[in-house]
Amino acid sequence: MGWRLALRPYVLIVPALLLTCGILYPFGLGLYYTLFDFSASKPQPDMVRFENYEAVFTQEAFWNSAWVTVLYAVGAAAVETVLGVTVALLLHRSTIVGRVLEKILILPLMIAPVIAAIIWKLMLQPSVGVINYLLRPFGLGGVQWTDTPTGALLSSIAVDVWVYTPFVAILALAGLRSLPTSPFEAAAVDGAGWWYTFRRLTLPMLWPYVLVAVIFRFMDSLKVFDIIYALTEGGPGDSTVVLQIRAYLEAIRFQRYSFGISYTIVLWAVVYLAAMVLVKHLGKIQRKAAEAK
Amino acid sequence: MDMHAHDRRRFLALGAALAATPLLSACGAGFGGDDDKSDGSAADDVTGSFDWKREKGTTVKALLNKHPYTDALIADLKSFTEKTGIKVEYDVFPEDNYFDKLTVDLSSGRASYDVFMLGAYMVWQYGPPGWLEDLGPWMRNSSATGSEWDQADFFPNLLQADQWSLKAGAPLGQGGQYALPWGWETNVVAYNTDVFKKLGLKPAETFDELRELAGTIKRKAPGAGFDGMYGIAVRGSRSWATIHPGFMTMYARNGLKDFTVEGGKLTPAMNSPEAVAFTEDWAGMVKQGGPPSWTSYTWYQCSSDLGAKKAGMLFDADTAAYFQAVEGASPASGKIAFHPGPKGPDGSLATNMWIWSLGMNAKSKKKSASWLFLQWATGKEHLLKSAITHNHIDPVRKSIADDSAYKDKMRHLPGFIETFETVVDQTKIQFTPQAQFFDATTSWASALQEIYGGQGAKSVLDGLAGDLADKVG
Repeated sequence: MGWRLALRPYVLIVPALLLTCGILYPFGLGLYYTLFDFSASKPQPDMVRFENYEAVFTQEAFWNSAWVTVLYAVGAAAVETVLGVTVALLLHRSTIVGRVLEKILILPLMIAPVIAAIIWKLMLQPSVGVINYLLRPFGLGGVQWTDTPTGALLSSIAVDVWVYTPFVAILALAGLRSLPTSPFEAAAVDGAGWWYTFRRLTLPMLWPYVLVAVIFRFMDSLKVFDIIYALTEGGPGDSTVVLQIRAYLEAIRFQRYSFGISYTIVLWAVVYLAAMVLVKHLGKIQRKAAEAK
Repeated sequence: MDMHAHDRRRFLALGAALAATPLLSACGAGFGGDDDKSDGSAADDVTGSFDWKREKGTTVKALLNKHPYTDALIADLKSFTEKTGIKVEYDVFPEDNYFDKLTVDLSSGRASYDVFMLGAYMVWQYGPPGWLEDLGPWMRNSSATGSEWDQADFFPNLLQADQWSLKAGAPLGQGGQYALPWGWETNVVAYNTDVFKKLGLKPAETFDELRELAGTIKRKAPGAGFDGMYGIAVRGSRSWATIHPGFMTMYARNGLKDFTVEGGKLTPAMNSPEAVAFTEDWAGMVKQGGPPSWTSYTWYQCSSDLGAKKAGMLFDADTAAYFQAVEGASPASGKIAFHPGPKGPDGSLATNMWIWSLGMNAKSKKKSASWLFLQWATGKEHLLKSAITHNHIDPVRKSIADDSAYKDKMRHLPGFIETFETVVDQTKIQFTPQAQFFDATTSWASALQEIYGGQGAKSVLDGLAGDLADKVG
């Protein structure tokens, strides 16, 4: 029986090991491919070492895509956080309306982002879309939402906000409901106002939950593909070509596999660094919040 | 236990997997390549007299794009199985992701599909890596090909369009036959006869007239009972497909080239002074008479707008108008007429075309059965039936274009047959064949959007030409 007991820990880690291999194998393979000039027109490639990365970083298109990606991620995560927390605060008071809205709130999360983007594309259509139809009485019926670079980026962010704000709201609401009541009761006894209580109690204690939502949304937004591709295909011009779209075009559409994967590896590095910084920050905040409780 | 470190590891692993896995796994587990490429053709193994039943009991797997031509093919598959004893299994994908599916499948080096639909432009992408079977040896082998298949019956420009030497810049019509024409589309102007009649307009004969006409319709039609109607529907999305229909047709009619070829070296020519002027005019036409939200316009929106009486004209594939024009298909059916479109300054009606072709996977293990399928699908019997009883229009075979039953079917569409007959001899692939076609045309569409957005045509096209010079040179 002894050998079975001794073996048990190793057997238990097998699923985790398989999962890790499942992640690391394609990652390692992709990394290896980036050292070659593998493409459809060169199926037997030569080793080019770091030339693909050099080409990525010297390409104007890369810096444009990186800038658009950051704008999108920061914009979407910021708006979703502010809106999500606001909605959570409004729903925190347990009323019948609040309970009903809470159920409705999660509906956008049940729609695949690509479907949401297609629905929004139809709604934003200038001549037959419902948005311009509703704006027409206010003299704003002729807006061409996705025809200008700024409009296309803002429209894409708006779709992201529509889909994912409920996610932030739900996390924030869960956080609000898990907060201890005694500090709030003490503040009420001391006659603290709403704003003071919010600034000095609610927000500091809620902050770890909000930061978890920010981390998820920021990392997800950095990797966005579906919403933008369905809404604008990266246009007009290159104005909404984020890094994932650039990688897709290079690797799949133009069949420059090694070069396209290099884009993905660079994006992975960006997400990795952003995650490291944010998670480190989250740890500090969590410790502070624990001390406050 | 350090929860802080645990969380970080989990986040990092998650980030890595989500960011890197999809694209990497799409590329398979090794360089695809043409590792088992051989010089001989499997067609040489077919000997003896031709026999449709030669591969009886075999199953062929086909990858198809959702299209009315495909519907006609699927409806007639029973005839093929009865004739040959070969069963056809197929998957149908919508056009939005059809080519991604095909590309990934072919690049994996597997033979998931024996036969598939492709366009002539895809030959330039799939041919050089050795993914396409050269059908020439099959066509030339009388043991493999029945005499009734009649190669000479195809419009020669169509057969040549799928034939290439795999050398960038080399003209079509030389080298291997990498696909067979099966259905095609000419790019012409279709227009709403009601609005033309009411406003006293006639189809444009020059590009200047077309631009003026588009603007006139947009200005006057809404006040003449055509609520919300604009002048001309042309594609505008950030895709290669924006360039090849109306834009490339008019570009070619103006005597313009995408690339010049000297000594095998390709030089981008979309920034020549004449090309810059034309592109500026095209973007101006869209601004003055085109659809709102033009940068999202694909063939689907263009076609739908003509059918919904939102567009006065459509400069696109004749099929895009045909499917709106047939009786009961749309509010505009019965009120759509066809015209070859504006001539170039020298009277040219050079027209770009799209050819739905059928190709064979070079890795297929069932090439003989696949060839029988291709032969049947591009044969007179099936294509005539598809043209008459279904909507497989724009026949690739002369005998069908001349068939009285086919002509009777198409006659009720004003100008369709006349337009087809006028442009058919001048319709060909107007692009320079080269493997970076999709990159070049996607970037070109992006440049067109920037010019439409107000950026200077010359600087945008100079930038485009500079980028492409490194890639195709």
